[in-house]
Amino acid sequence: MFSIRTAFFAGAIALALGSPVIASDFGRPATPDEIALWDIDVRPDGKGLPPGSGTVVQGKQVFAENCAACHGDGGVGGIKDRLAGGQGTLASGLPVKTVGSYWPYATTLFDYIHRAMPYQAPGSLSNDDTYAVAAYILSLNGILPPDGKLDRDSLPKVSMPNRDGFVPDPEFDPAKLFRKR
Amino acid sequence: MSQHGRPSRRHFIATSTGLAASVAAGQAIADTLADVPARAVGADLSGHSERSKYVKIGRIPEAGPGKRNVDPSDAINSKAPLDKLVGSITPTDLHYERSHSGVPDLDPAKHRLLVHGMVRKPLVFNVDDLKAMPSVSRTVFIECTGNGWENWHRADENLTVQNTHGLVSTNEWTGVPLRFLIDLVAKDRDSTWMLAEGSDAAGVARSIPLTDEILNEAFVAYGQNGEPLRPAHGFPLRLVMPGFEGNLNIKWLRRLEFGDRPWMTRWETARYTQLQANGKAIQFQLRMETNSAITSPSGTMTIKPGYNRITGLAWSGHGKIAKVEISTDGAKSWKEAELNLPALPKAQTRFQMDWTWDGKPTKIVSRSTDDKGKVQPDRKSFIAEVGTNALFHYHAQQTWSIDETGKVRNVLD
Repeated sequence: MFSIRTAFFAGAIALALGSPVIASDFGRPATPDEIALWDIDVRPDGKGLPPGSGTVVQGKQVFAENCAACHGDGGVGGIKDRLAGGQGTLASGLPVKTVGSYWPYATTLFDYIHRAMPYQAPGSLSNDDTYAVAAYILSLNGILPPDGKLDRDSLPKVSMPNRDGFVPDPEFDPAKLFRKR
Repeated sequence: MSQHGRPSRRHFIATSTGLAASVAAGQAIADTLADVPARAVGADLSGHSERSKYVKIGRIPEAGPGKRNVDPSDAINSKAPLDKLVGSITPTDLHYERSHSGVPDLDPAKHRLLVHGMVRKPLVFNVDDLKAMPSVSRTVFIECTGNGWENWHRADENLTVQNTHGLVSTNEWTGVPLRFLIDLVAKDRDSTWMLAEGSDAAGVARSIPLTDEILNEAFVAYGQNGEPLRPAHGFPLRLVMPGFEGNLNIKWLRRLEFGDRPWMTRWETARYTQLQANGKAIQFQLRMETNSAITSPSGTMTIKPGYNRITGLAWSGHGKIAKVEISTDGAKSWKEAELNLPALPKAQTRFQMDWTWDGKPTKIVSRSTDDKGKVQPDRKSFIAEVGTNALFHYHAQQTWSIDETGKVRNVLD
């Protein structure tokens, strides 16, 4: 801690004393277009969700073509993470953590598929296909009906079964951490 | 080392390296000095030093708990050989690795760091920009939250300390203080959380609370043990978060976004959360706990009656290691070990103690205490509190049993 502070303040002092290197010389401004290209994160309130939409029916096809090889038909029995079922098992000796039994936010599902899946070609699904496959995975868990559909308005409103299944570490509880400021 | 009966002394020495050998090698292989090979002109000098051919040391790629001896393509981590390390610094090529979607091949000339969000001046930096800024160097441990996960449910007696605790390492990291970057982009005062995102295929991303501690200590590293980062550890840039979960030390860092709440990424909801016995999961358990393990004698080693030197490593995400106690009678009585000073904050600290083994079966165990007064829990208390389903943040005391032949085995307690 001491070395960091010392070095940091040494740097700050050098800047303040009129070093030829001024703060704004580092880096270059980021343009709105390039920020939009990289800013892919989606929050629980829906901030970051792109336009587009997809249905459970469309998602079944997208899943079969892109996901089933690893996650199994219907999101069960594959070589990688199980995606469906497991509700009611979290307090047992053999908890089964899936999108349906464990994930607290549907927005996280969109974010993760969009940024990281399919494993061999992350980011290759269109926005519509991402909405569709998210809808399908939710339908596998009984969270969306077979004729369900998702878009940027409806996705944040999806009620996940384990939404209240998390307890924040008291030291880093987001609801309390910066309250005093 | 042999897992089939008691190995001969010669076999033991030949297959051991580092401290384990020095503990056991009361007598050298050469019985008289006349047997020591004569001096001779050596190999040509070279541009790169390799290890001695007599030193057999390496990491072990593994998958989840109990999934060992896997094909490297199926591995999710690679464990450091704690049983063969001396001192407190991990050699760069032996630093443990956890990568979520392979090790990307990043050209530093093309790599960029975008810093944006709730800031007045969103900026793009290249690697040379960062190297031109005021830097800090700090020796800290980084630990995977999965370290110790082999022993949640049962103890496989064939495990080494590399298997049980090899997901922690200590290196010197060099880079730019996070606060310096925050000043450059003129962060909004109302921004209290930061998203850090990697340039790996999965785009691993974590929300980080901007506490005073983190603002004072986090930095964007480009250096590791005096050289550029190794690709497995984030080349060309990684976030270093002293004392916090390994996965917060985002490798291949390419974006920092400032906001006013966590993003709830997959890794901070579905993955790195700790399921308790009641079915609820602890979230944002970001700090790594007070921990230690005896690295010699440790699992699968064999010792002899008489003098033995016990040694190991202790570390805490809360601060400095203040004390390590060792029990050689199954946690009935404790004796304070020596610490190899200086004990740096949030870095591994080596401890050691003389011990005379009477040849009777017993159990040895270490217990660390840090400068915040946090004491490493015994396993029974720990499991009683969190259950056995948490998967991550296992930090209970590690017990090794020793039978009448001197064979050392991993046990729960």
